[in-house]
Amino acid sequence: MTTVYEPSHETSHEPWDETRGAEIIAEHSKQEGATLVVLHALQEAFGYVPEAAIPMVAQALNLSRAEVHGVVTFYHDFRHKPAGRHVLKLCRAEACQAAGGDALAARAEAKLGVPLGNTTADDRVTLEPIYCLGLCATAPSAMLDGRLVGRLDEKRLDALVAEAQR
Amino acid sequence: MSMRLFVSRDAGAIAVGADEVAIALQQAAAKRGVAIEIVRTGSRGLYWLEPLVEIATPQGRIAFGPVTEADVPSLLDALASNTPHLLRLGATDEIPWLKRQTRLTFARCGVIDPRSLDDYRAHGGYKGLERALSLGSDAILNEVTASGLRGRGGAGFPTGIKWKTVAQAKADRKFIVCNADEGDSGTFADRMIMEGDPFLVIEGMTIAGITVGATKGYIYTRSEYPHAVEAMKAAIVAARRGGYLGSKIGGSTYDFDLEVRVGAGAYVCGEETSLLESLEGRRGIVRAKPPLPAHHGLFGKPTAINNILSLAAIPFILAEGAKAYAEYGMGRSRGTMPIQLAGNLRYGGLFETAFGVTLGELVDDIGGGTFTGRPVRAVQVGGPLGAYFPRALFDTPFDYEAFTARDGLIGHGGIVVFDDSVDMRKQARFAMEFCAIESCGKCTPCRIGSTRGVETIEKIIRGERVSENLALVEDLCNTMKFGSLCALGGFTPYPVLSALRHFREDFVPAPTTLQAAE
Repeated sequence: MTTVYEPSHETSHEPWDETRGAEIIAEHSKQEGATLVVLHALQEAFGYVPEAAIPMVAQALNLSRAEVHGVVTFYHDFRHKPAGRHVLKLCRAEACQAAGGDALAARAEAKLGVPLGNTTADDRVTLEPIYCLGLCATAPSAMLDGRLVGRLDEKRLDALVAEAQR
Repeated sequence: MSMRLFVSRDAGAIAVGADEVAIALQQAAAKRGVAIEIVRTGSRGLYWLEPLVEIATPQGRIAFGPVTEADVPSLLDALASNTPHLLRLGATDEIPWLKRQTRLTFARCGVIDPRSLDDYRAHGGYKGLERALSLGSDAILNEVTASGLRGRGGAGFPTGIKWKTVAQAKADRKFIVCNADEGDSGTFADRMIMEGDPFLVIEGMTIAGITVGATKGYIYTRSEYPHAVEAMKAAIVAARRGGYLGSKIGGSTYDFDLEVRVGAGAYVCGEETSLLESLEGRRGIVRAKPPLPAHHGLFGKPTAINNILSLAAIPFILAEGAKAYAEYGMGRSRGTMPIQLAGNLRYGGLFETAFGVTLGELVDDIGGGTFTGRPVRAVQVGGPLGAYFPRALFDTPFDYEAFTARDGLIGHGGIVVFDDSVDMRKQARFAMEFCAIESCGKCTPCRIGSTRGVETIEKIIRGERVSENLALVEDLCNTMKFGSLCALGGFTPYPVLSALRHFREDFVPAPTTLQAAE
């Protein structure tokens, strides 16, 4: 059997909807220790964890709002507002630093006109640091909307930035 | 006759174009009316050769690489007519970099189809479980203890002792937790094994479950590893369907099932107690020990929490016997270690070998020096919390005790190589900054110490009262090392102090500058 992996990189999110949110929460909240599972599911659907969902999650999991808020803010993954249309993540950990990652990060910041951790004014691109994609033997590496890129150099980075800006 | 080709679906191979090559091969073959079958394997770990394309021949697999989309037409021509090709590397198993290894844990990685239970079994999979089922708990514990296996996550605690503690604990429920939260830069073995041989992890965890009396296991991995998550989930479904998970596994009286849980970008969750908090749905804040997780772990129940590489070593130990495993290695470091060569290295990748190989051999000989062609200056071993080693310490053998004796650690086996353009002040600052970003905040030395550490190193970089501030950093490191609750704060001093000690010249201005400044 031929198996060619065709990853889906398109990220499209639904607008926040309370009924839909309640459905997602109900679907995942039965598991033991479900908080992260529920939050991941919400973010996957809406692109972020809406403030309005927090009391709903708290109620479903029998937690206080403060506890849920504490979890959302503790983990780097959870967004408090939607990201830009494209998310470009650059690995900033040691293996990528050793392979010229610092200069590439500076170049990306200059090209996009925003520092790491920010979204361009036109909402097209969110540029983020990531600490290790596990591609350390083909460093430096990046991820554009879930697509992995290794052996990054100026040319490949410029192409990624241009793609993200489209 | 159909050509049988192998192309990796490992994230590292995909990142350098393996998907594109596989698609191009399929399209070009269809256009020519050539029947081909592409098996998407894991990676052999020879990343400088990825995308690697292999073809099955009666004499074994022949490798080509690194293959780009543009190479596909000429490659197909050569394969169809059996004529030479520029990218031909010969028999895969004879590639020296691979041949030099001792692959016990990674024996199947890159070879089999990670989605196929049949392929796993055809390559010796589930032999360990079969033997474990016939042995029973006490005899398995004896085997694991006799193998000398120590936790591959970094702390190096003997696995047999940990399991015995859980096995002896009395409780209505027990758990196996697989720590696959591989957050260290320079490490990718966990990711590779999940993507390339996920049934191995399942088998190891199942044996652990039988041994300690657990009926449920969790694999906690990273959101940064979507391909590994997908591969693990698919393998769990297949194992369940094959009767290897669920009730009465392998026709025995044992029940065991697994679930994958995904973290959310917190490095500290690789620390076992923080991981348990996260699995329970809370902030990943470190727990004080005791009680040990073996007594009071996940959901308050006795839990064996092991690194994925420790669990992945188990099937070999059970299948081939403790002695076969313990014969490899040196001193109290038995068996093999999947060493990950990364950063500025010509031949980066996964190199599994018995303990005892020296750091210099790994970097210069196996790794081939830097890809920038400049001299190697510093090597960080063991992730962001590992020490930086200078060339002067390249004779250090890969062994838990030998690294400890030189104020370093082998951690999870990652080696990150830097050339002479590295500024060690920046690396020391980064270590503190990383700790400040990732600290869970529970204990003061880690939470406050790391922030003060960043500030003080910045003062040194600016040339402010350098010798006093250096003394202050050393004092701060001492407090963090002995006062922190877990390894994050406790080990951050390793990279910082090793940078200060071995690369002093980067921190202290040359005498002339000093005189001028005063």
